[in-house]
Amino acid sequence: MKVKVLSRNPDDYVRETKLDIQRVPRNYDPALHPFEVSREYTRALNATKLDRVFAKPFVASLDGHRDGVNCMAKHTNSLSTLLSGSCDGEVKVWNLTKHECVRTLQAHEGFVRGMIVRFCGTSFFTVGDDKTIKQWKMETPGYGEEEEPLNTILGKTVFTGLDHHQKDAVFATCGQQVDIWDEQRSSPIRSFTWGVDSFSSVRFNPVETELLASCASDRSIVLYDMRESAPLKKVIMTMRSNSLCWNPMEAYYFTSSNEDYNLYTYDMRYLNKPIIVHMDHVSAVLDVDYSPTGKEFVSASFDKTVRIFPKDVGHSREVYHTKRMQHVICVKWSADNKYILSGSDEMNIRLWKANAAEKLGVLAPRERQASNYNQKLKEKFHYHPQIRRIAHHRHLPKSIYHQSKELRVMKEARRRKERNVRKHSKPGSVPVVSEKEKHVVTVVK
Amino acid sequence: MAKVSSKKKLSKTKAKKSSEVAGDSAVKKTEVVYDEEEEEDKEDFNENVTSEEEEEDGEDERRRQKLLEAISALGGKRKKTLGERSEAAVQLSEFSVNAEGEGDKINLSDLIGSMDKTPQVSAKTRKQLKTLQQSNRTVESPLSKQETERIQRDVAFQKAASEVTRWKSIIQQNQRAEQLVFPLNQEAPGPKPMERVVTGWKARTPLEEEIFALLSANKQPIHDPILTPQEEVSMKAMSLEEAKIRRAELQKARALQSYYEAKTRRERKIKSKKYHRVQNKAKRKDFVKQFDEMVKSDPAAALEELHKMELARMQERMSLKHQNSGKWAKSKAIMAKYDEGARKAMQQQLEVNKDLTQKLVTAVNDEEEEEEEDEGGDPEVLPDFVNDAEQGVDSSNPWMRGKLSEDPAEKETSEIVDLTAEEESADVEEEEEEEEEVKETEEEALLREFDSRRKRRQALIPVISVDDDEEEESKTAAEEEEESKTAVEEKEESKEEEESKVAAVEEEEEEEEEEEEQLSEFTNLYKEIAESRRGAEAEQAEAAAAADTETSSAQLEETLMRIRTLEDTEELLMQEESAADEAPVPPPAAENPPPASQPAGTNKKRKRGIELKQVLTKATKVIQVPLAHTVEDAEDSDDNQEQRGLIREAFAGDDVVSDFLKEKRKQEAAGKPQVVDLTLPGWGEWGGTGLKLSRRKRKKFRMKAAPPPPRKDVSLPGVIISEKRNRSITLHQVNTLPFPFETHTQFESTIRTPLGRTWNTERTVKKISKPKVVTRMGAIIEPMAREELMKDRNQATVADRNSVNSGKRKR
Repeated sequence: MKVKVLSRNPDDYVRETKLDIQRVPRNYDPALHPFEVSREYTRALNATKLDRVFAKPFVASLDGHRDGVNCMAKHTNSLSTLLSGSCDGEVKVWNLTKHECVRTLQAHEGFVRGMIVRFCGTSFFTVGDDKTIKQWKMETPGYGEEEEPLNTILGKTVFTGLDHHQKDAVFATCGQQVDIWDEQRSSPIRSFTWGVDSFSSVRFNPVETELLASCASDRSIVLYDMRESAPLKKVIMTMRSNSLCWNPMEAYYFTSSNEDYNLYTYDMRYLNKPIIVHMDHVSAVLDVDYSPTGKEFVSASFDKTVRIFPKDVGHSREVYHTKRMQHVICVKWSADNKYILSGSDEMNIRLWKANAAEKLGVLAPRERQASNYNQKLKEKFHYHPQIRRIAHHRHLPKSIYHQSKELRVMKEARRRKERNVRKHSKPGSVPVVSEKEKHVVTVVK
Repeated sequence: MAKVSSKKKLSKTKAKKSSEVAGDSAVKKTEVVYDEEEEEDKEDFNENVTSEEEEEDGEDERRRQKLLEAISALGGKRKKTLGERSEAAVQLSEFSVNAEGEGDKINLSDLIGSMDKTPQVSAKTRKQLKTLQQSNRTVESPLSKQETERIQRDVAFQKAASEVTRWKSIIQQNQRAEQLVFPLNQEAPGPKPMERVVTGWKARTPLEEEIFALLSANKQPIHDPILTPQEEVSMKAMSLEEAKIRRAELQKARALQSYYEAKTRRERKIKSKKYHRVQNKAKRKDFVKQFDEMVKSDPAAALEELHKMELARMQERMSLKHQNSGKWAKSKAIMAKYDEGARKAMQQQLEVNKDLTQKLVTAVNDEEEEEEEDEGGDPEVLPDFVNDAEQGVDSSNPWMRGKLSEDPAEKETSEIVDLTAEEESADVEEEEEEEEEVKETEEEALLREFDSRRKRRQALIPVISVDDDEEEESKTAAEEEEESKTAVEEKEESKEEEESKVAAVEEEEEEEEEEEEQLSEFTNLYKEIAESRRGAEAEQAEAAAAADTETSSAQLEETLMRIRTLEDTEELLMQEESAADEAPVPPPAAENPPPASQPAGTNKKRKRGIELKQVLTKATKVIQVPLAHTVEDAEDSDDNQEQRGLIREAFAGDDVVSDFLKEKRKQEAAGKPQVVDLTLPGWGEWGGTGLKLSRRKRKKFRMKAAPPPPRKDVSLPGVIISEKRNRSITLHQVNTLPFPFETHTQFESTIRTPLGRTWNTERTVKKISKPKVVTRMGAIIEPMAREELMKDRNQATVADRNSVNSGKRKR
């Protein structure tokens, strides 16, 4: 009688301590796994579905303003602090973790047009319709102290925008002209004009810190160098740009939000043609802000939505909206790349997740691995129709949906007409103008 | 449209542009417009019209004015005309003001006419002005404000653009990066140095102060630069280039060394004795020359050399080199009886030894030899059996102790083996044990004896005779194995070699080399001799001798490999013992006489060792695997058959295989194209029932399709592959090639590579599923800083320098 016994070396399957993970011997020979593609496809499909299931981007709404939120500012050092200015001249400081307002001050009479936190984070500047620039302390005044600005500068004209230099005690305002101010002086150290136009926004380049760009009401975007006495160049477009934002990681790219529903990403060296036209909004785009990684940006629109665009893709990857959110006037991407803040007409500030389906908080290592793997799966199979369909599906409010449909029809009609005109005219007399070239009128040297 | 006033210059281009604007405002081209005002101009015409009307009015007015002036001039008194300013603005545009009285030309004399009259003007300036008046050249008018501004802007833009372009490499690098971890310039995790954590920290306690005083006294770094000044200096001293040069030098030196080594090795391998002789002679001559020179030039060095010689003498005295204990000597000893040359050679060896051990005055030659031998890297690599005893005394090394070298476990097994194989009585076993104990003491005694023997052998009287006796014995031994025969052959060869040799001192080196080569053979032979003798003894005791010798040969081969086991020494001892017994010269009285029981005990012991091997080999034979298997199979097959029977019973009636084959055939038939019959009955022929189609018609109107390509499952008997399109799957399939891919295979290969841990190793999975962008929770990501640019540039410069260096090297 023979007894058959399996004999194995315990070293192959016994773990040394109970904290070690269990050894699972596995044969990776591909011949033994014939259905890997279909299995992974199923996993990818499930991951995509779950992604949509868990996509709950809306985190919180901060209410307290008594008029529309006109501008916002991120704190430079504190992630949990946000400043917002409303159309009634009130400025509020928010604690984002607690979702509450920690300080309110009446900064201006009329709109608060712009606000910015100084690079050190100890004070902030506001400009308003009352032709003043005010500098405020970041700390709340103690008991019995009055809420008073550190510094007030009375300008000759209304200021519409404000930005601070990345490292120096210099800031820029715009109104009828673009002014560069030294914090210590009450008159601008430099002012740029080019024609008689009013400017709507001005932004310092965060990388090449001496460069600025501004949007003017004559449909132009103007570049400046702080060290030069004259502006550098301007590009005139078919419609007015409302605001612009520089890419914080790539020195020569900036994106402007335009009245013609589009956003345009430019290389500042070659202004005659935008690099990419980002289309999806169905109404004027009012504000734009880059993510701190420089890979994406968020835009706020008059069509009551917030959209997120990858910086090198023509269409948005995400659209955020709620029933009660009205025209979104300002938008910011938080400095840790996790959240988006939008301020809208109906007096609320909304906090969104930058990645709708991302789990907040600390991830266990296995969770992180799983999410990474799922991400890669989705990437791998994103050409497959079902996965693409599910991943791209978004719910839109009826009005926006129909409007976008209408726009599509209009665009198609225009395209068709152009094609027909070209067909029936002398060859070469009606040239093909690409979408990028269409929106630029001239570049003025 | 009316006439255009002369003041407002409208260039042709502008006019064209305005017409364009008027014509088709929808088509807009990107054009470079140089100025703002110009653009304003083009925007509308109505303004122009109104201004022209105004201008006409103005002209009338001016004419009137002129007339009045002319009239007043008639009055004789000349009146200066003054331009009138009508606008009350702070900022005036040069275009909105028109110069009144434009018609009159202003000359230089008008401006400086009063100069002559005024006495204050110095003569020098007057002279200058005069020369100015004489010169006819006109100075170029300065550029207009717009032009200059445009140029300024252009220059500034170019500057800014070039400045920004510096970031290009970093941006591209980041775009291509497999993974970007934000914030970009993270500090390394882990503890930081104290100085960085606590700023403005000061030594307060006396202990701290003391420490700092010490540190500062020794110039040790206290704050951030952690290098001492010396280290810093050294860092500065050794730049990258220097380090590279140094490394190159070292490499060269190493290469040279290896060449030299290779060369010497080659030379050593040369078998020609003549070559070596010549070489050695040359060397010796060289050395003598050098030494003579040294005596003259550098007595100190010469003295040192002498010292060396002294040292060599000491070494010689300590070593066994020329004492005829080596392999070569032993071989010679065997041959000495028959060979005059061998005897001579041995004697010469001993002479050499004598020479070396003598206190020398100027025996340069011999010493040289010594040295050469030492230099030649011929140390005493191979063991002398004689030395073993001495080393065995070393108590610190357990491996060297004789008693321990035999494993107790082995002993046991061997004992068991004895029991099983030979079936000896328990009494014998006990005896054996006792014997072993005795032997251990005996060993030491023997070692001592061996020592003394060695000493005796230095005197070189009995060696040959003893060996000869052994030889004789070996010859007389009844069984001489093939191995021993071959050994003898080899021995003969060596003899021939020896004969060919000239008995000179110069040959020693070669001989030693040969010694090395022959050592194994010699030991082999030696042992065999002893074995055979023992075998003879065993024959007297036991009948089975053949097996014994076989095993002995096996054992020998093993021992050949290892040299210093205790068994070796034991055998040697045995040999020596027997030799001593039969030796004509008796051992000195001081030595302990061997106990009477010794030879028998050792014999048994040795036998047992052999038996171990024997039994082991037997054991391998005993394992009869196939037999066991057959039994097992029988059982198995019984079981299997039962089970099969059961299964057959249960599934009686459904033949799955044939069903499958049928189905496959059906599928194949369905896949074949059918013949299409297009014949029309009765067309061009008689109609009616029962009529056959003509062959012509059949040929013409029955369409046979081309055979389809072979099915994929033709060669797979157990598989049906359906090549039909599956609707439910197509929903999930990609039907067009996605954009970045150029061929289907590319795309398919990306899909085919699995990512999961089911198909990949842990490490691969980690590598594959690395996300492109990683951000830390709660970390503020600052915009790209200028330092990154500097870092990048440094790297670039380093890379450049490297490439330049490599280029130089190539050249």
